[in-house]
Amino acid sequence: MTVPADLSRRALFMKIGIFLNGVVGLILAAPVVRYLLSPIARGQRGGYDSWVSLGNLAQFPSGQTRLATYQNPFADRSDGKTADIACWVRNVDGQTYQVFAVNCAHLGCPVRWFPQSGLFMCPCHGGVYYRDGSRASGPPERGLFQYDYKTTGGMLLIKAGQLPTPGQPSQTSNLVRETRSCA
Amino acid sequence: MRLISSIAKWMDARLQLGSAIRESAEHAIPRETASWFYVFGSAAFAVFLLQIVTGILLALLYVPSAGEAWNSLQTLNQSVPLGWYIRALHGWGSNFMVAIVLIHMVQVFMFGAYKYPRELTWIVGVFLLLVTLGMAFTGQVLRFDQDAYWGLGIGASIASRVPVAGPAIVKLMLGGPIIAGATLSRFFALHVFVIPGLLIAFVALHLLMVLKLGINEWPMPGRLVRKATYTEEYHELTKKDGLPFVPGAIWKDLFFVAFILLSIGVCACVFGPFGPSGPPDPTIIQTAPRPDFFFLWLYAVLSFLPPSMETPALLIGPVVVILALLLLPFVSGEGEKSWRRRPVAVLTVLLVAVALGTFTRLAEHTPWSPVMDAWSGDPIPSKFLHQRSALERQGALVFQVKQCHNCHSLGDEGGKRGPALDAVAVRLTHDQIIRQVIQGGGNMPAYGQNLSPAETTALVAFLETLHPAGEKPAQDAARSVLLEQNTAPDPSNRR
Repeated sequence: MTVPADLSRRALFMKIGIFLNGVVGLILAAPVVRYLLSPIARGQRGGYDSWVSLGNLAQFPSGQTRLATYQNPFADRSDGKTADIACWVRNVDGQTYQVFAVNCAHLGCPVRWFPQSGLFMCPCHGGVYYRDGSRASGPPERGLFQYDYKTTGGMLLIKAGQLPTPGQPSQTSNLVRETRSCA
Repeated sequence: MRLISSIAKWMDARLQLGSAIRESAEHAIPRETASWFYVFGSAAFAVFLLQIVTGILLALLYVPSAGEAWNSLQTLNQSVPLGWYIRALHGWGSNFMVAIVLIHMVQVFMFGAYKYPRELTWIVGVFLLLVTLGMAFTGQVLRFDQDAYWGLGIGASIASRVPVAGPAIVKLMLGGPIIAGATLSRFFALHVFVIPGLLIAFVALHLLMVLKLGINEWPMPGRLVRKATYTEEYHELTKKDGLPFVPGAIWKDLFFVAFILLSIGVCACVFGPFGPSGPPDPTIIQTAPRPDFFFLWLYAVLSFLPPSMETPALLIGPVVVILALLLLPFVSGEGEKSWRRRPVAVLTVLLVAVALGTFTRLAEHTPWSPVMDAWSGDPIPSKFLHQRSALERQGALVFQVKQCHNCHSLGDEGGKRGPALDAVAVRLTHDQIIRQVIQGGGNMPAYGQNLSPAETTALVAFLETLHPAGEKPAQDAARSVLLEQNTAPDPSNRR
C-alpha cells in the first residue's frame, strides 16, 4: 500500500520542524524588533527633552540676538562635536526672550542672523525670517522653531534635546507675531 | 603549462563547474547584439566590483564614529601614502556607477528590452537603480563633513513630513533624537552591510535572468513582441544568425570596461578625492551645504516648489515615479520595441533628461539662495555711484549695510534671489519703490521696521537713479499731471 507523500511520518516531522523554527524565529525576532525600535521607545518613555543651560543672562544684551551653544542632554561619548548644538537667543526687551533653533523651518539648514537688516537668512533655499522668527519670504511654510525657555538664578535655560523638524513641532511653541506697522 | 592544466582537471573533477561555465560563456546571442550599445550593463558591474575593492581598502582606516570619522578622512587624505587616491577612486567610481546605471537604463528602455519575457529583469533593474542611489546617499553621509551633517538634517526634515509616523521615522533614521554618533554608525551599517548585500543579491538575480532569457535582440521596426510567439522567434533568431557570447561579443564589453576603469583612474588622479569639507560641528553655522552631483537636481526642485505643494510632492512624487517604473513592463509588455516607432518613449527620455539637466545646472549656481556675504564682499560697481548726490550715495550705503545686495544684483554682482536692480527705476515709480521697500511682498521681506525714515529716503533716492542712460524713469501719470499744475508758471509773476 502506498502512503501519500503528505501523510508520511517524515513529511509530518518536516512540517513540525518548520513550525518549530517559525516559533523559535518569532521568539528570537521579538527582542530584535524591540532593539531596532529603541530610538523611538526611549523618546516615549522618558522624553528626549530636558532643561539645559545656555549660560549667564548677561551674555544676551537687551534688544540683541546672539548665537548660543549647548551640549545635547542625551550626548554620548562617540558623538564628538555633533553633540554641541547652536541656537539663536533674542533678548526682546530685557525681560522676555526668544530662543530659535538654527535649523531652517524649510529643510533644516543653519540660518544666519543679520542684525543690520534684522533678518535671518538661510543659505540653502533662500528662506528668510524676521527678527521675531516669523516667516518673511522663501519656501518655509512657517516661522523659525522656538525652544521653551525659563530664567533661573540669572541663567537662561531652554527645553531642548531633539532635532527640530517640520513634522515635529512638539517642542516648539507657536509664534506670537509682533505687530508690524506699515509706514 | 601541463601542471596548470592537470590542476584544473583535478579541480573540475571535484567542482564539476567547468561545463556549466563553458555553456553560459558560449551561449548563442543574436548577431546584432554584439554591439557597442550593449556594453553598459557589464561596465556597471565592473565599476561595482571596483567599489567593493576600494570600499574594503577604505574600511581598513576609516573610523565610523561621529567624533573620529572626519579626522580619519584627513589621515587618509594627508598622512597615508596614496590614501587620497583610494578615496578619489571610490568617490569617482560612485559617480561613474550612477551615471552608467542611468545610461544602461535608458538604453534598455529605448531598445524595449523590458518587454516580454524580461519584465522581471527590468523590475530587478529598477531595484538596482534604487540601491545604487541608496549607496550614493549613504556614502555621502560617511564622508562625515558639514555637507553630510546638514544633508542628514535635510533628509530628516523630509522624512518628518510623513503623516503620523514622521517623527518616529526621523528617530529611526537618526538612531536617536539628533544627528550624532548613532546616526553615523547606522549609515555605516547600511552602506557597508545592508545595501551591498541587497545589491549583490539583485545583481545575481539580474545576471541569472539575462543568461536564462537571453539578451534582448536588436529591435527592428515592425518586428512586434507577442507573448505567444516571442520565445520561439528568439530561439530561431539565435539559431539562424547567432554568435557565441564568448568571444563574439565579450571583447567589446572588455574594451569598454577597460576604458571606464581607466577614466575613473584618470579622474581620481587629476581631480582628486571629494572633500571632506569642514568638520561636522553643528555650532559652525557659516556653511552652505550642498548635496553631491547626482542629488543636485533635487536640491533645485526643493527651492522651486511652492510651499503648499512641497510636502505632497516630496511624499507622493517618489512613489509615483517608482510605481511607474515598476508597472512599465505590464503596461507595455508587448508590441513595438524599436525606438524609431515609439515617439512617446523618446520624448519621455528627452523630457526627463532636459529637466534633470536643467535643474542640475541651476543647482550649480543656486540663484535662489541669498549670497550671504555680498553685502560686505561685493562692492557696488562704480558706474552706479558716479555723479550721484550725497543723499544718493548715502542710499547706496544703506543698500549695502541692510544686505539688499545679498538678494539683488547690481552690474551682475550680488545675489540673484530677487530681481536685478540695474534698471529698477524704469519698472517702479517713486511711490512703488517706497511701498516695495517698506512692505515687501512678492517674496521680499518687509523692511518697514528696519529702516529709519532717513534711511528709506536715501535708499529710495539711490534706487531712483538706477535706469539706463537713454531711458526715463517710470513716472506716476497722475502725479506728473499734478506736478505740472503746481509748477505751472504763475501769470501774476510774469513780467
